[in-house]
Amino acid sequence: MIQFINVSKIYENRAVGLEDISFTIKPGEFVSLVGRSGAGKSTLIKLLIGEEKPTKGRILFGAYEVNKLRSTEMSQLRRQVGIVFQDFRLLANKTAFENVAFALEVGGRPQSEIDEFVPQVLEMVGLPSKRNHFPNQLSGGEKQRVAIARAMIHHPAVVIADEPTGNLDDINSEEIIKLLLRINELGTTVLLATHNKEIVNKLKRRVISMVDGRIVRDEPNGKYIIM
Amino acid sequence: MATVLVMVLALMTMQALMLFNVGTTTAVAAIQDKIDIAVYFKRAASEDSMLALKKTVERLPQVKNVEYVSSDEALADFKQRHLTDLTINQALAELNQNPLPGSLNIKANDPNDYALIAAYLDKNAPAGLIEKVTYSQHKNAIDRLNKFVDTLNRMGLAVTLFLAFAASLVAFNTIRLAIYSNRDEIGIMRLVGGSNMFIKGPYLVTGIMYGFFGALVAIILMAPIANIINPYLVRLVPEVQLETYFYAHIFPLFGYMMLFGAGLGIISSWIATRRYLRV
Ligand SMILES: Nc1ncnc2c1ncn2[C@@H]1O[C@H](COP(=O)(O)OP(=O)(O)OP(=O)(O)O)[C@@H](O)[C@H]1O
Ligand SMILES: [Mg+2]
Repeated sequence: MIQFINVSKIYENRAVGLEDISFTIKPGEFVSLVGRSGAGKSTLIKLLIGEEKPTKGRILFGAYEVNKLRSTEMSQLRRQVGIVFQDFRLLANKTAFENVAFALEVGGRPQSEIDEFVPQVLEMVGLPSKRNHFPNQLSGGEKQRVAIARAMIHHPAVVIADEPTGNLDDINSEEIIKLLLRINELGTTVLLATHNKEIVNKLKRRVISMVDGRIVRDEPNGKYIIM
Repeated sequence: MATVLVMVLALMTMQALMLFNVGTTTAVAAIQDKIDIAVYFKRAASEDSMLALKKTVERLPQVKNVEYVSSDEALADFKQRHLTDLTINQALAELNQNPLPGSLNIKANDPNDYALIAAYLDKNAPAGLIEKVTYSQHKNAIDRLNKFVDTLNRMGLAVTLFLAFAASLVAFNTIRLAIYSNRDEIGIMRLVGGSNMFIKGPYLVTGIMYGFFGALVAIILMAPIANIINPYLVRLVPEVQLETYFYAHIFPLFGYMMLFGAGLGIISSWIATRRYLRV
């Protein structure tokens, strides 16, 4: 599904983002990516979704070779991915419903599909009653659930979450992780970048640990161990 | 709003330039049509020699047509024009001989060729045939008119280009700002897989719309302007019917301005999206 082959990323200011990273993620896996701030978790995700180009190495995503895609193929690839960020990235002038619908509109999907799927997904994340609320009328946890609804509305093969719980309290964090687990149960591959030790240890899934742009540990049923 | 305003200014000058060109072309043609070289023969010249010269001159490639006015015709014409003038009639009656010479009125295809034709006559006409050739006043007047029209055209073109450039800059900046203020939305569009055209399209359309509305406003503004200045123009050169021309050509005028405006708009927005909308 996802494969990094000897990938390095040096930023223009010579900061090292990634150094010779190789790993494979199979379809249906739930993988946690852990490491201290600055370890390179976000860099890895940006390379995966083509937001940054690798300095060296190859990145395979399904049938695509990410680092060689032209912009039309890149947008096709992104339609097969759902992405969730720490800062939610919702549009302030759109309601919860509209924010979720936006992902379908951008893909040029018909209104009938929007009217059918958006309420279903909002139901799934537990927000059917908040569909007409604007982001500033929602709590952090609710915002993140809207973001997750948006990430999964188009049935992506992979959901990527970069510190989705970074701005949330423990209870809300747990809710979000539960949602990601449910998405994973439905067959979607999940890649979760986090430095929340408790969450990772509870998950008992595969853990890739990073230090200074390198992978130092990659264990199934792993724990959060960073020296 | 400011974008449309500057666009309107640019298109208005372009439109004024187009109308001005039509006007001056008509006016110059009308004036050129009225002028010619007149060759006045000596009283003693025979009709045959005058007609022979007419034939020669007609064969010159620069010459459009030659009209021969015999001394009798000149007299008849003269009398006709001064029918009511008793003194002149009396004076003519006292002369027992026609005082008016025969003449040729030569029209050239190009007013610049009058000097050439005059020089040709000077050199090649049989000696003792021609009394005088009058053209120089005409030539100067036409030269000056042509220069004036040329200068105005060039100035108009410069102003149009300058305003077009200004309009492009303003459109470019407006679209840049629009992209900037929508950057969150654009970023999210990208993340959820909005295609290049899906993201850029609206900005390109905006650029085209500036051109379209600019042309629309320019044509609407021009109608009353044509209406107001038409009487003055007609008094100046009766052949120039600005208003008639404007209404007869309102669609091509609008079309050209729209093409030009939309062209400017789409170029500006294209550059703006290329620079600020990397997908
Ligand atoms: N756009 C950029 N330009 C230059 N350097 C960058 C850029 N983005 C990240 N870096 C550098 O790359 C390294 C890895 O950063 P990255 O954002 O991947 O870390 P992270 O593991 O996501 O950290 P955090 O847990 O704080 O989000 C850091 O040293 C960072 O300073
Ligand atoms: Mg990060």
